[in-house]
Amino acid sequence: MAVDAQTVNQVHQRAQVSRGRSFLRTLWKYKALYLISLPGILYFIVFKYVPLLGSVIAFQDYNIFDGFTGSKWIGMENFQRMFAHYDFLKILSNTLLIGLYDLVLAFPAPILLALLLNELRIVLYKRVLQTVVYMPHFLSWVIVSGIAIGILSPSTGAVNHFLAWLGFEPIYFLGEESWIRTVLISSGIWRDSGYGTIIYLAALAGINPDLYEAAEVDGASRWRQTLSITLPALLPTIMILFLLHIGKFLDFGFERVFVFLNPLNKEHGEILDTYIYTSGLLGQQYSYTTAIGLFKSVVGLVLIVIGNVMSKKTTGESLY
Amino acid sequence: MNRKPTASWQTFNVFNIIFLTLLALAMFLPFLNVLAQSFSSSEAIVNGKVFFLPVEFTTINYQYVFSDAAIWRSFGVTVYITIVGTLINLVATASLAYPVSRPEYAGRNVIVVMVLITMVFSAPLIPNFILMKNLHLVNSLWALLLPGAVSAFNFFVMRSFFMQLPNELIDSGHMDGCSELRMIWSIVLPLSKPVMASLGIFYAVGHWNTYMNALYYINNPAYWPLQVKLRQLIVSEDISIDPSATQFSGLAHMDPEGIKMATIIIATLPIVLIYPFLQRHFVKGMMVGSVKS
Repeated sequence: MAVDAQTVNQVHQRAQVSRGRSFLRTLWKYKALYLISLPGILYFIVFKYVPLLGSVIAFQDYNIFDGFTGSKWIGMENFQRMFAHYDFLKILSNTLLIGLYDLVLAFPAPILLALLLNELRIVLYKRVLQTVVYMPHFLSWVIVSGIAIGILSPSTGAVNHFLAWLGFEPIYFLGEESWIRTVLISSGIWRDSGYGTIIYLAALAGINPDLYEAAEVDGASRWRQTLSITLPALLPTIMILFLLHIGKFLDFGFERVFVFLNPLNKEHGEILDTYIYTSGLLGQQYSYTTAIGLFKSVVGLVLIVIGNVMSKKTTGESLY
Repeated sequence: MNRKPTASWQTFNVFNIIFLTLLALAMFLPFLNVLAQSFSSSEAIVNGKVFFLPVEFTTINYQYVFSDAAIWRSFGVTVYITIVGTLINLVATASLAYPVSRPEYAGRNVIVVMVLITMVFSAPLIPNFILMKNLHLVNSLWALLLPGAVSAFNFFVMRSFFMQLPNELIDSGHMDGCSELRMIWSIVLPLSKPVMASLGIFYAVGHWNTYMNALYYINNPAYWPLQVKLRQLIVSEDISIDPSATQFSGLAHMDPEGIKMATIIIATLPIVLIYPFLQRHFVKGMMVGSVKS
């Protein structure tokens, strides 16, 4: 037995050596391919993995003069400080609330829009509408906020003139904290819900028309057909996009919030990302805000894993 | 799909058309409002007379914008990073995606996993900033070009495109004793024009809209891209007007709303102009992307 085990071991070792050698041989044989791929690999290492290693400053009292090696290690202190901090908890709850509104209101919007567009029978008109609703997606958030600030302005904005014409008092939408979340969510729906329909429309186009014909023969109404054929056919796409959305739950987006923030609406509008920028980068609380950022990334990862497990159990859909 | 129209279905169709039309108007009318304001006099804007057509038509807002050297400079920065940045993006993305798509490239799975991880777990802002500082890229245009050189998503799109190329073609090239580079240049690249165009146009729009990275990494107004300049204009309460520029003498104590709107139009125009090309490509791009998972 012992001898056998030894020979098996030797065979293994030899196989490993020859695998190593054959890898080197492949490397040499296709050296052009490996050379070409080098800049891309370097890019991912330098710009994606080095900062990941740099995140250790979350466990340090980092200052820029002492660097990574000179700064003092303080363990979990930054994380403890985070959860003891009133500001952090307020901003976290803003982020969670905005994320929740986004999930409940903005996520279903393209699904509904795609279903309605799909029912249009006038092909040319459908195409015109699609062209119009896809367009806003390509505008930067700076431009979207510029347009929104313009039309929502209490003195010169079209919306407030319309309200005044209806007999209402003008509303300073961007100057009142009670309106900021509405503005954030609706500007997102305005910009992205049209573009979001593309993937659903493609899934809808892939449904076999025979299914509808058979349902028709069986006497199913159009509404019934939507419930029993269209929605089940969309479910896999919806689930995949839902899982991706869940993974980004705390990642509402820096730009789209920052461009609408001002001192008057900050109380309800500030999210983790904008706080990391103002307190971390501008306020130079490097370690503390890195801890917040790390917390955000870890939560995102946990959410994506949990979501995936749950989806696999209930619908059979999963990301990996 | 010829389905028998019932009465209730007809009603739904009518309401559906009306609803979708209103929705499309809600997406389109804000543009029209901005466009109308940009061609209107300041008094008309302040008094709220401008909706969808210019009132007291004037081009003074545009004259002001075009006379501002800082805006021209930002425009130049944006054009530069759009062109150079897109080239860097395409070369960097393709030069990783092509080798990794080849079956003879041992270790390709390691690289795929390496890229995949960056999609689900990314480093916080400050470590990125410290890296840029240590590389001496802060306050240089490289800070707008390098950090996003390869998008993980586009890498996967391009890789799946290369994987669909017929293997015989590439093998026959090998057989004829073509060098790898020569083969990429004369066989692979000509075949990949469609994917290059699709991704190139997406990368280009991304560069045109660059705002966040400039905010993070660039303090020097000389290197501000258009979006940062535009943002500064939008939030400024009044726009200082050079008193020596006589053509704007009437503008000196006017509301800057029209000027903001004119700048928004100028920043949007290039996107609108390439939109027809965009539309042809983005459906395709998204389809290839969704195949991958």
